[in-house]
Amino acid sequence: MTISGTRVLRGAIGVAGLLVAAELALRAGHVTLLPLVSTVLARAAELTVDGEFLGAAASTLASWALGLALTVAVGIPIGLLLGAMPRVEAAVRPLIEFLRPIPSVALIPLAILVFAEQLHLRAAIIIYASCWPVLINTIYGLKDVDPVARETLRSFGFGPLAVLVRVSLPSAAPFIATGVRMAASVAIVLAVTVELVAGGTDGVGVYILKAGGGGRTDLMIAATVLTGLFGLLVNLALVAAERKVFRWRHAR
Amino acid sequence: MAARSLGGFGVRVALVAATVALWELVTRLASQPYFPPPSTIASRMYTLWFSGPVTHVFFTDDALTMLQPSLGRLLVGWGAASVAGVVLGLAIGRSQVLSDFLDPLIQFGRAVPPPMLVPIFFALFKIGTPTQIATIVLGVIWPVLINAIDGAATVDRQHLETARVFGLSRPQIIGRIIVPSAMPKIVAGLRLSLSLALIMMVISELVGSNSGIGYRLTTAQQNFLIPDVWGCIVLLGVLGYLLNSSFLLVENRILRWHSRARQYA
Repeated sequence: MTISGTRVLRGAIGVAGLLVAAELALRAGHVTLLPLVSTVLARAAELTVDGEFLGAAASTLASWALGLALTVAVGIPIGLLLGAMPRVEAAVRPLIEFLRPIPSVALIPLAILVFAEQLHLRAAIIIYASCWPVLINTIYGLKDVDPVARETLRSFGFGPLAVLVRVSLPSAAPFIATGVRMAASVAIVLAVTVELVAGGTDGVGVYILKAGGGGRTDLMIAATVLTGLFGLLVNLALVAAERKVFRWRHAR
Repeated sequence: MAARSLGGFGVRVALVAATVALWELVTRLASQPYFPPPSTIASRMYTLWFSGPVTHVFFTDDALTMLQPSLGRLLVGWGAASVAGVVLGLAIGRSQVLSDFLDPLIQFGRAVPPPMLVPIFFALFKIGTPTQIATIVLGVIWPVLINAIDGAATVDRQHLETARVFGLSRPQIIGRIIVPSAMPKIVAGLRLSLSLALIMMVISELVGSNSGIGYRLTTAQQNFLIPDVWGCIVLLGVLGYLLNSSFLLVENRILRWHSRARQYA
């Protein structure tokens, strides 16, 4: 068997082992608070075809996608601008360093007051939290560009825009992609968090709060498990996409 | 060089001052109720929290009763997660079989948004500080755990074999080879989880608590005390900045030997 085959098999045994052990421990009655593992898994399977949950998931997904798209649309151009102008970047850096430590969740109560529209509130918080990895990775990516390649193009008479498109962007692209992947994970966390703190009409966070209000901890855990799996899949897909798109970089 | 960096520092301070002045000007001109001028926020923060007696380093009683539970939860939760993450991570990282068995579980654990634990834990257990600390621990352990596993798994084979040739005992190998070699990654994980712990602390206080900065933030928002809301946000930003800077100070001390060793290598 190949090495990766062994790893997959061992991983599967690890997951199955933990689930069975937890189920047995719960059935033996050592922990009475928690719902059974089998119950949670059955609920999770049911939720994947449950209309109410799918509606909630669609709403969360919409604010996630909108927030992430706006983050990319705003974060990358600003990052490119700052990365291309080191003096401006040095001047703006203290502002970035003052804004970044503010926990994005702390802004939710203020955002509740400022934004009347649920989607605007959610997107705004997602953008604030997920713009940092995109912005900072873009700036770093541009700093990392090979100066020889840049100067070569310049000495052949290419203008700054051509240098940006032909050298800087391709060279910075893998950094930017990593930033976007990190932002996608952060955006999932914040999409759910803003629903948990601010409430609203729909969304996975609201679904969990409702399930909690009805004492359905099995549904709460099942919805959380599905959210975790979604996050895992998004990350795996983006890692795979990075490998495929930037294969030339790994080959170097 | 020193003069230049000093000049750079001066420019930065001037820029921050100019930004605050601009913020003041714009908020005064716009006079939006939700965006008070920074001077209003600062004076509100001063009367609320920093006008106390000298004996309390100018902190008011209000500031102390608010900060103590928050900082306590944050530091206890982060400390417990750090110890557990490092110990488990080193053990898992040194065993290929164990890391293979646990890898999917750890990847999944990391992918679950930590804030979702808060309502679940509050539904399962009693609302209160122990439950809040439990959510912080389970929410922030992942960066430490994953980095410790990675650090312990990538110890230089030559170092290990040299140690064995010289007859070092197992505890000696762990203490002198494995831990120092994993240290840079562990420290990076600790820093990530410290900033995550601040976030988890705020969320656990926003969702269910009757003390702390997060609780204060919610009550201020519910009572439309806008300068108080801004004050809490600024306070949390300062707290995050201070936590990160103090961690960097300690990190530089701990890892000084490491950067020196790398210069010689």
